[in-house]
Amino acid sequence: MSKILIIAEHAGGQLNPSTAKCVSCASGIEGASVEILVLAADPAAVATQAAGIAGVSKVVTLANAAFEQATAAAYAPAVLAVAEGYSHIFGPSTTFGKDLMPRIAAKLGVSQVSDIMEVLGSHEYKRPIYAGNAIASVQAPAGQTVVATVRTASYQAAKSADAAAPVEASTASFEAPAHTRFVGLESGGGDRPDLQTAAKVVSGGRALASEENFKLIYDLADAFKAGVGASRAAVDAGYAPNDMQVGQTGKIIAPDLYIAIGISGAIQHLTGIKDAGTIVAINKDPEAPIFEVADIGLVGDLFKVIPELQTAIGK
Amino acid sequence: MKILVALKRVVDYQVRVQVKPDGSGVAIDGVKMSINPFDEIALEEALRIRDAGKAEEVIAVTIGPQQAMQQLDSGLAMGANRGILVKTDKAIQPLTAARVLAQLVEKEQPGLVLLGKQAIDDDCNQTPQMLAALLDRPQATFASKVEIDGQSATVTREVDAGLETLSVDLPAVISTDLRLNTPRFIKLPDIMKAKSKPREVIELDSLGVESGDHLSYTRYEPPAQRQKGEMVADVPALVAALQAKGLI
Ligand SMILES: Cc1cc2nc3c(=O)[nH]c(=O)nc-3n(C[C@H](O)[C@H](O)[C@H](O)COP(=O)(O)OP(=O)(O)OC[C@H]3O[C@@H](n4cnc5c(N)ncnc54)[C@H](O)[C@@H]3O)c2cc1C
Ligand SMILES: Nc1ncnc2c1ncn2[C@@H]1O[C@H](COP(=O)(O)O)[C@@H](O)[C@H]1O
Repeated sequence: MSKILIIAEHAGGQLNPSTAKCVSCASGIEGASVEILVLAADPAAVATQAAGIAGVSKVVTLANAAFEQATAAAYAPAVLAVAEGYSHIFGPSTTFGKDLMPRIAAKLGVSQVSDIMEVLGSHEYKRPIYAGNAIASVQAPAGQTVVATVRTASYQAAKSADAAAPVEASTASFEAPAHTRFVGLESGGGDRPDLQTAAKVVSGGRALASEENFKLIYDLADAFKAGVGASRAAVDAGYAPNDMQVGQTGKIIAPDLYIAIGISGAIQHLTGIKDAGTIVAINKDPEAPIFEVADIGLVGDLFKVIPELQTAIGK
Repeated sequence: MKILVALKRVVDYQVRVQVKPDGSGVAIDGVKMSINPFDEIALEEALRIRDAGKAEEVIAVTIGPQQAMQQLDSGLAMGANRGILVKTDKAIQPLTAARVLAQLVEKEQPGLVLLGKQAIDDDCNQTPQMLAALLDRPQATFASKVEIDGQSATVTREVDAGLETLSVDLPAVISTDLRLNTPRFIKLPDIMKAKSKPREVIELDSLGVESGDHLSYTRYEPPAQRQKGEMVADVPALVAALQAKGLI
């Protein structure tokens, strides 16, 4: 039987929704028991949230001051200290999970399955390669621990449980290395809906032409109560912060509504939005590739369209 | 200090690969091959660190078939001091790549290993972290800024929440994100100059590295295609379409 350990992602006492998405993926493995590991300086609050996710049979906590910041250097030895007995160890394919999970896999001497988008069996999965231009089925050996990251855009967060799962404090001992020190975190976002979980996202591209003009995107997003995204070109040019980049090398998102404004639709960008519910494209070039995937397309100059749209939706 | 840079030969990012009709793989015969874009950034960073006087030598390593010598040549033309081709005709997986690189690190003792954050063919995003784990050394992944200060490095990382800064002791493993730098263009004289640079070829099989190619890729399929939707003429039509879908 599969016994799956999911490494919780959290910050500021809040469990990241990526964890409940990993639970959804893990629950797709037949007959699996799903447990969550919370590593934190003070795990209580996060453990309570984790225990409230439907499908979770147990939450294991390990408290240590070394987890004040979630560095892979401190997390990996702790996960290894409790890994015994689990057939699968899963993390989200967020920057947190991407950083951490291969460090665990290498120490266990096993390959990692990156970006699970579909479970085919306890050891067989689908994952995207070549910027999503191909979907590969991969089989992990039956006799090894499966270490994997879960492509969060492929899964809905698991619902809340009727009854909370038990929480158990682990006494496993491990040593956090002194070679890695957290210096600081500068967040770019502000208090708009989080890009990775927002139901609606408004994104701007190179066509915005300046950081100043990019405010148009923020204002429109506010009118839609949407998160804000950007193309790589817009981020590279400094119009928007890095944490807004959507695409192969940025965030992979699946909002109900995605509005791409002044974005051409390069394959690397489209990879990030192919699971969106409805894609709206606004671009002045009728030949822009974004229109090939858009559910609703409008050819027009964004500097004219945005103010009109804002007035029309009346906010 | 020496810096080791890993360069992977991959299908050029502008090529739109297609799955073979029988699902046995992706059709990449005869397509343009290049250095993985993230690895070019890693090499550029290594060259800048060296040229700022903080390292003496930049060694470019690639693991791949004989043809990967082309990418090594490009790396040498960009400015690496010497190159190592670890030759294999098998498409290796990240754990094997990390084990090979770990062995080269033991031999060369670099103060820094720079890799791309992900190879744009397998999109695994694993090798640098695996290498750091095997070496029991620090990792700073997804770097957008690297400062070498004596025995440590201060690295700014592109994370989901914004920009995180870590300080790591050297030797360390760093993986690069897109905004770390813009790689230089290779000029013709650089290619000529690079011809005399040392190139070492090692057979992968001669290294005695345990294979980490545990995953079998059994089938390939094209992604689900999104259909082209409707074009609307103006903003009121756009609003109406959004309303019809219950999105506003
Ligand atoms: C390894 C690698 C990884 C990458 N990863 C990503 C990634 O994660 N995310 C990503 O986005 N990109 C990524 N890219 C870059 C990608 O290839 C494109 O270069 C990028 O997405 C282009 O951004 P853009 O659409 O904003 O700019 P452009 O391609 O320049 O498009 C601008 C668009 O705006 C339109 N326009 C201009 N003026 C107006 C106006 N006034 N009104 C309306 N429309 C207007 C134009 O018609 C054009 O279609 C990556 C590239 C590489 C090599
Ligand atoms: N065969 C290889 N040869 C050289 N470098 C590699 C190889 N495979 C992976 N790498 C390095 O590891 C990085 C991440 O690769 P991956 O884990 O496959 O996404 C790449 O950007 C390269 O720097």
